[in-house]
Amino acid sequence: MEVFIIYKSVIALAVFAVSLGIAAYSTWWERKFAGLLQDRWGPSRAGKWGLLQPLADGGKMLFKEEIIPNVSNRFLFVLAPGLFIITAIMAGVLIPWAPSVVINGETYAMQVADLNVGVIFLLSVTSVGVYGIMIGGWASNNKYSLLGAIRASAQMISYELAMGISLIALIISAGGSLSFADIVKAQDAGIANIVPQFFGFIIFFICALAETNRAPFDLAECETELVGGYHTEYSAFKLGLFLFAEYINMFVSSAVMAGFYFGGYNFPFAHEVYQALGLAEGSIAVSVIGFLVYFTKTLIFISVFMWVRWTLPRFRYDQLMNLGWKTLLPLSLLNLAITVVVEIFRGNITF
Amino acid sequence: MLGYTITQWLFGILAFMAIMFGLMVVFSRNPVNSVLYLVLTFFCIAGHYLLLNAQFLAVVHIAVYAGAIMVLFLFVIMLMNLNQDSEPQRTMISKVIAGVIGGLLLLVVVGALRGSEQLAITRYGHSEIGLVRNLGRVLFDEYLFPFEIVSVLLLAALVGAIMIGKKEDRPLAESNQE
Repeated sequence: MEVFIIYKSVIALAVFAVSLGIAAYSTWWERKFAGLLQDRWGPSRAGKWGLLQPLADGGKMLFKEEIIPNVSNRFLFVLAPGLFIITAIMAGVLIPWAPSVVINGETYAMQVADLNVGVIFLLSVTSVGVYGIMIGGWASNNKYSLLGAIRASAQMISYELAMGISLIALIISAGGSLSFADIVKAQDAGIANIVPQFFGFIIFFICALAETNRAPFDLAECETELVGGYHTEYSAFKLGLFLFAEYINMFVSSAVMAGFYFGGYNFPFAHEVYQALGLAEGSIAVSVIGFLVYFTKTLIFISVFMWVRWTLPRFRYDQLMNLGWKTLLPLSLLNLAITVVVEIFRGNITF
Repeated sequence: MLGYTITQWLFGILAFMAIMFGLMVVFSRNPVNSVLYLVLTFFCIAGHYLLLNAQFLAVVHIAVYAGAIMVLFLFVIMLMNLNQDSEPQRTMISKVIAGVIGGLLLLVVVGALRGSEQLAITRYGHSEIGLVRNLGRVLFDEYLFPFEIVSVLLLAALVGAIMIGKKEDRPLAESNQE
């Protein structure tokens, strides 16, 4: 029992620390990447290649003067950023980072919690994540904040539908398990879920962009119309928490996409490679390799998020709603219907 | 611990919190606070489902009630900008009427629950009764007909909501011409 508690605590702490570290360095990479795409340097002064920039930014956020508007609802105003970052980190508990390690006959899963309702848990955590934005926007008592909050939550509710339905299609073709670890394990045979669920992945990717409030769907913080959106009134580290949570969201959804559609810690000819290297399945070395593979995939997805942001212009609000309700929702339903028919002919669904 | 198991402790704490937050929903003056307390109440109820081994129900409860329905509530309240200042003053007579009706409702509830302590509680099933696999098997096998009826009912409600929410084209076009 003690061993179990210690090992789970270590993994939980590691996931927490990695989420925060990646979120911090995503801000650096976002600027570097934007610089690359726009033919300029990006941050270059703090440390080599500007690598100390996130620390400098964090320090700046911490020591800035903190302003809480007099007319705001003080308790909720302070609560909102914390709530937002908690829900952002919570989704990370599901991700199976590496193949299980077997030590003395005991199997240790490299995952904080393997829920048998993992996919639904993921959807409910993302839908509860709206509260941080809504409460923050409302408690600021500022019309721009309120408008930004309402936009953000309307957008998240709308895109959750298409996201959920594309996930149902994924679950049907991936063997019917709702557990994240099972979905990743089922892709061991070599074919990742991206092959049978290509359209599902496209829909899921667009929805993930909208759910994380990233460009081209970042209407919640559209500077030209809404000043700063829902965090207009926030300053110092509370603003920092909001920005941080957005990067954590991006990290988690990248990891989810890499795990659901691109095989997670599996890679082509994994077993052959392990055999050639003389590594036994279940050893620590295999786990480390698997983790590195998964992490690389996640980082590639984070870069794709940034690539999209610095390439596409922002949508108009009615275009956003039309895309969500009139294009993505019917397409995801069509994808679901086709998946069901195909799976019936393959004999995976029986009555 | 004091002769109770951990499950009993959890049940007690969750029940206390659920009732507390439920009371706060009614007593808070600010509608937004009411909604937020209601969300907390739903979380407590989801905890009760977990204690009953119904993981699927618990997660769906959070996704649907806390994640979707209450967000819409919050949405409407924020858009209407209801707060303490705009709350209408209630007259004495409406308070009396509300008190009488609430009291009668309490009487009905107490009357309905009378004698329920003599009912035998049957513990059936096993710890995996709430898994999606078992739930789906029961739902789509034994209770398929009620399930289909409910889905038709929901579809009817959906179509009705769209019909009500739909813009009426002709009068709007006429009013634009004027």
